[in-house]
Amino acid sequence: MSAPLLSVRDLSVSFDTRKGVVEAVRGVSFDLGREKLGIVGESGSGKSQTGRALLRLTPPPGRVAAKTLTFDGIDLLNAPDRQLRDLRGGRISMVMQDPKYSLNPVMTVGRQIREAYRAHAKVSKAAAKSKSLEMLEAVRIRDPERVYRAYPHEVSGGMGQRIMIAMMLITDPDLLIADEPTSALDVTVQLQVLAILDDLVSQRGMGLIFISHDLNLVASFCDRILVMYGGQVMEELAAAELHSAQHPYTRGLLNCLPRIDARHEDLPVLTRDPAWLLSR
Amino acid sequence: MIDIQDLDVVFGTGADSVHAVRKFSCRISAGEAFGLVGESGSGKSTVLRALCGLATGWGGQMTVDGEALEPGPRRSDGFYKTLQMVFQDPYGSLHPRHTVNRILSEPVAIQGLDNAGTRVEEALEQVGLGQGFRFRFPHQLSGGQRQRVAIARALILKPKILLLDEPTSALDVSVQAEVLNLLTRLRRELSLTFVLVSHDLAVVSHICDRIAVMRNGGMVEEVTADDLARGEPDAPYTRQLLLASKGYDRAAIDQFEDFG
Repeated sequence: MSAPLLSVRDLSVSFDTRKGVVEAVRGVSFDLGREKLGIVGESGSGKSQTGRALLRLTPPPGRVAAKTLTFDGIDLLNAPDRQLRDLRGGRISMVMQDPKYSLNPVMTVGRQIREAYRAHAKVSKAAAKSKSLEMLEAVRIRDPERVYRAYPHEVSGGMGQRIMIAMMLITDPDLLIADEPTSALDVTVQLQVLAILDDLVSQRGMGLIFISHDLNLVASFCDRILVMYGGQVMEELAAAELHSAQHPYTRGLLNCLPRIDARHEDLPVLTRDPAWLLSR
Repeated sequence: MIDIQDLDVVFGTGADSVHAVRKFSCRISAGEAFGLVGESGSGKSTVLRALCGLATGWGGQMTVDGEALEPGPRRSDGFYKTLQMVFQDPYGSLHPRHTVNRILSEPVAIQGLDNAGTRVEEALEQVGLGQGFRFRFPHQLSGGQRQRVAIARALILKPKILLLDEPTSALDVSVQAEVLNLLTRLRRELSLTFVLVSHDLAVVSHICDRIAVMRNGGMVEEVTADDLARGEPDAPYTRQLLLASKGYDRAAIDQFEDFG
């Protein structure tokens, strides 16, 4: 087996606050190849901070430490800012949760996509435009010319998220980090957007890190899953084996979901065990 | 208990008007849990807002506990002793600078009732919060605790009907389970009538017996939770929703129809 695309060993992210040090991520390790890896957890589990730390996007006063944090042989922890700027949006891209906040409201869609492309490729404006239109078509936007000229408020949420994906994939990255990319969308639209992402990721042979709170969605979409709780990885398992998960936290999360096909009077409630966090 | 006939809600006028609810009818008897499910913009929340007086420009007939409602924000003096609403976002629906005690005492004062202190204690007890929470501010509570306070505020007037607008969608699944269990228990103990709005088929079918599926302001069909459990709703739209809620399936997605 070839060296992994991304290698993470003992990653930790901590924030100094007035009440002491908050450890958002504690000793997370994983390898990623050209596959779909899901990171699942509840709010505060450290899943988003893990994704951000990979791109060194941890907001100050946060501190990131790791034994190893390498992407294709590049040491991300000690890379100079210049090199990081080339990586971000170039070889590693990130799709955020809500297109309403991550698209610039006063710039047309076309100009934003073009800008993302020209930040990483030396091409003319005209070439950037035709490539942008091509990308809008790739994310199955029916009328790319119209959307190209539109402002973000003139498109729907599902379309906005597809625009984000187009913008993030236009540089042909090797790794895409998607942080709750579809949580703001209706369920059918969510699946359609995921299908587009799925197709592009497999056509281009990218690695994907998919961060979500939705256990069932991740299990059906990804190849492998990390279950996080309290900043630590509770369990790593193949997506197909989710329903035979062993860890009590994973089992608890699965059980407390209401089910359409089996109605209970009361849902089992998750009881947290402090011992989960001690064994590292 | 609740009778809605041909409800129409239109926001705005002229070319910019939005027809949010179209000819919606339903009849909900006492003690029943009725669900409204649909995607964003389907008009499900607007039905609740028209019932409780937050959406004022509506047409049709609505009767709540024998009282015929008039369009507009005015409701009879005791109306909110019969009907109360719990909102989606427990971060936005509690006043950030009021203590839990003040939040819960306000409806008591508005209705001119006595013994506010005892009522607050009792309401906190009902939602499983101890008296230690009484003098806290909302920012000192977790999301689940805040939603319990919002439920306590709705219960303090001992209403017969609770309108629940996405009561758990801002919560983590483990906290959602606790709040859903609380709601089930309260309905049983206090013989409440529920109208629950959610985009989540599993949540609606967990709480409710009868469910109206909505799209574009109208009712697509009425199903029972048992129909959904067997996986055999009639309308193609409902079947697609049901399929979509089962998770990602690349092959199924290509079959999706656009009901827009």
